[in-house]
Amino acid sequence: MDYFIELFLSGLTRGSIYALIALGYTMVYGIIGLINFAHGEIYMIGAFTSFIVATVLSIYGFPLLAIVIVAGVAAAIWSSAYGYTVEKIAYKPLRRAPRLAPLISAIGMSIFLQNYVLLAQTSDFLPFPELIPEFAFMEPVAHIIGSSDLVILVATTVVMLALTLLIKFTKIGKAMRATAQDKTMALLVGINVDRVISATFIIGSALAAIGGLLIASHIGQINFAIGFLAGIKAFTAAVLGGIGSIPGAVLGSLILGLTESFATGYVSSDYEDVFAFSLLVLILIFKPSGLLGKAETKKV
Amino acid sequence: MIPLISLKEMKRSLLIALWFAFLTFPIMVIRVNPIERTVSWRWTNLLYVALGSFVISLLVKAWAIGKERRAGAAAARQQTPGSAAISIIQAILNRPAYWYPLAVLVSGLALAFPHLFSTYQTNIMITALMYVVLGLGLNIVVGVAGLLDLGYVAFYAVGAYSYALLNLHFGLGFWAALPIGGLLAALFGVVLGFPVLRLRGDYLAIVTLGFGEIIRLILENWSDFSKGPSGISNIPRPGFFGVEMALDQAMIYMYYLMIGLLVVTIFVVNRLQDSRLGRAWLALREDEIACQAMGIDKTRTKLIAFALGAFWAGLIGVIFGAKTTFVNPASFTFMESAIILSIVVLGGMGSIIGVVFGALILILLPEYLRALSEYRMLAFGAILIGMMIFKPEGLIAGVRRVYRFQGRGR
Amino acid sequence: MKPILNVSDLSMDFGGIKALDRLDLDVCAQEIVALIGPNGAGKTTFFNCLTGIYLPNSGDIQLTCPQTGKKTRLNGLKPNKITEKGMARTFQNIRLFPQMSVLENVMIGRHCRTHSLVLGAILRNRRTRVEEQETVDKSYAILEKVGLAAQVDEFAGNLSYGAQRRLEIGRALATEPFLLLLDEPAAGMNPQETTELVALIRRIRDENQAILLIEHDMKLVMTLSDRIIVMDYGQKIAQGTPAEIRGNPAVIKAYLGEEVG
Repeated sequence: MDYFIELFLSGLTRGSIYALIALGYTMVYGIIGLINFAHGEIYMIGAFTSFIVATVLSIYGFPLLAIVIVAGVAAAIWSSAYGYTVEKIAYKPLRRAPRLAPLISAIGMSIFLQNYVLLAQTSDFLPFPELIPEFAFMEPVAHIIGSSDLVILVATTVVMLALTLLIKFTKIGKAMRATAQDKTMALLVGINVDRVISATFIIGSALAAIGGLLIASHIGQINFAIGFLAGIKAFTAAVLGGIGSIPGAVLGSLILGLTESFATGYVSSDYEDVFAFSLLVLILIFKPSGLLGKAETKKV
Repeated sequence: MIPLISLKEMKRSLLIALWFAFLTFPIMVIRVNPIERTVSWRWTNLLYVALGSFVISLLVKAWAIGKERRAGAAAARQQTPGSAAISIIQAILNRPAYWYPLAVLVSGLALAFPHLFSTYQTNIMITALMYVVLGLGLNIVVGVAGLLDLGYVAFYAVGAYSYALLNLHFGLGFWAALPIGGLLAALFGVVLGFPVLRLRGDYLAIVTLGFGEIIRLILENWSDFSKGPSGISNIPRPGFFGVEMALDQAMIYMYYLMIGLLVVTIFVVNRLQDSRLGRAWLALREDEIACQAMGIDKTRTKLIAFALGAFWAGLIGVIFGAKTTFVNPASFTFMESAIILSIVVLGGMGSIIGVVFGALILILLPEYLRALSEYRMLAFGAILIGMMIFKPEGLIAGVRRVYRFQGRGR
Repeated sequence: MKPILNVSDLSMDFGGIKALDRLDLDVCAQEIVALIGPNGAGKTTFFNCLTGIYLPNSGDIQLTCPQTGKKTRLNGLKPNKITEKGMARTFQNIRLFPQMSVLENVMIGRHCRTHSLVLGAILRNRRTRVEEQETVDKSYAILEKVGLAAQVDEFAGNLSYGAQRRLEIGRALATEPFLLLLDEPAAGMNPQETTELVALIRRIRDENQAILLIEHDMKLVMTLSDRIIVMDYGQKIAQGTPAEIRGNPAVIKAYLGEEVG
């Protein structure tokens, strides 16, 4: 039973990380109908930035709490800046181009960013500084759930709540919802669609950066290529939940995290990634609208 | 013609440079060594980034102004914009009088190549030719039929592994494996294509990407079948009526084999594009619903394109196995698909000559400019973005067919 | 006259909204039938159901070939199969292949009447060559008929609006239909172009093709049609000759929204 609970909790942890990344995919898709292929790379850059900042600060002997806060804020700021810039360079000029053009451009951006980090940093796996200590109060349950799992679960819950409030109640949140429903109409009622799109990229990137920081400190190492697989998996989760739908992304992520955790725990870990890819292929073939998404009607 | 750049533009470019300096600061400047616990600050990089982005932003602005002017001038002359910007190659291609001597020159050079240059050069050329054919194969799928296939490398892997495994278990030779590899890849194309080709373009891209990764992961993990990550070695080179060949002779032989395959491929692809099927592919790329309303069987037509593309990938897969005498899953990553896609996008979607040039540029340039080879993938990424924004039709756009009919004379 | 299209009891709804409500309709050989009704009455949805783009919830669509008398039930057939059976259409918001030439657009219409595939394309044998030339010649003849012979090599996307509408008709004709569905063929045309269009449609009818058209230009509908069918809220509310429709109170109500004294 303990093993089951352990797997369940580690599945939730995985799922919440996927959710942080998947939200970026789903929000961007909801607003401009584009699969932001470079989103996984934004997550990777978030992880890398937090790695660099945290390591520098720890070398200079800063206290742990300060390191965590500064690294988190820096990761969010720079990832958002990258997300914003990527949109301006690679997608904005192609808004009226045929559908495949921005997708190809997005793939190019993903390859570019990966190799940019590879060249500017290194291809080696780097040890991520331990940011989350083993809490003393967690000792009795340490065999089931680690302290970092707990931090991830709490942190994602807080971030999700904040995002929900932002989208529900703030002006930019309302503008985002309006734009997602009908871009032309939003433009007509005076919403600055460009700014909404930028905001979407910034928010999505910040979420991915927080995901990057959490997962990197959880796993303990990073490298320039981690964005690809994480991106694909988060995208799978977003599609599973119904791309474009925010609760769908969270639901899909949790389902994917749990299934992966149980499959590797009870069956075999060899095919962990095959499983995610197969799930992606199967959903897209049989239910491309996902669990909570709306089916598309073709307009003729 | 360089348009004058106003002070305002300079200021804008300066701001862009500052932005990029800020953006790239943590990754470009700071380099930490977490084991020795040292930090190195590479401030000069910041300067390079700022200078580079300043210049590039000015160039892009100049390009945009120039484009506006050209469009304005073209509109005044009642012409389509862009006609002034036709490249030299395009100009030559548009003049049939040049075709014949040019063809003689190119084929003479191609035939003499292995005798003029070293085995090493020939070896590189073989690789480049393989990418040309791969590009032409993918061009049918992406360029002509408009189906973005991000898992093209999977079919390449199917070809390579079918030769490796058939040889390992049944001692099958190269010439027997070549058609089998191609046909197996085409079969895979049909089996995969059948369920996924009704998907929308961007979903199709992701599904093919997933499929490509699945194939690679299976090859990596199913060791009983594929010998896992260590791969299969000792794959024989192509035979020539049982004649034993030294390595350099074998390379020359492979070179001519590739030239032969390239000629056949160009011939076939050209004829396919210029046919009832080729027209249907082009139309499908533009409007699927209209195509169906005109009686085109969407699924079947796409499936044929997909299978044909896969067939060529399979052929080259077999040749790849024979050339390197070794296959392992690491040769078939997504990056390989991305390289082939870059070739098609750079050369010009749907353009045969364009793809040939695209492959030669992208494969040979990093080989010869060793200093650049490190930046190869970075450049490929930039090419995909840049081409989509500045020149989506590619370096050399496809040649438009002129039809003859009664009333215009045959 | 024998009917070539029988629609009975056709219903289609989108998430509870009835776009088509138990619609009955016939079209006979060589007849010009106009389908009119206010915006949102379900006319284009009806076309989409006929041509297989939408799958109707219930009802029956039957096509009868006037030459052979062969009957086919169209429900559930793919759009391309339906075109093969002899019914072709144009679109309300023009759907040409803008990056292909005018001639190539029409040649695409010949696709379902030709057969060569991969081997034919590669070998370019006699049969393929003959077929290709036939495709080109027939397509050119159609372009002459719709008055676009001078623009064969132009990109379809560069044509004027009226010319694009005519090209769409030409492309549909290339599939050799015996029933042609036109969705607002005169939309956006000037009076001169509309007059030419009327002549063209008459000529098509005289060549043994029946025409079912959706149109808002009442002058065109009244002069051209043999029979008019009026739709509102997915139902057929009236049908008859132009003279009968003109005085029908139900029609006036549908258009004006209230009973007229």
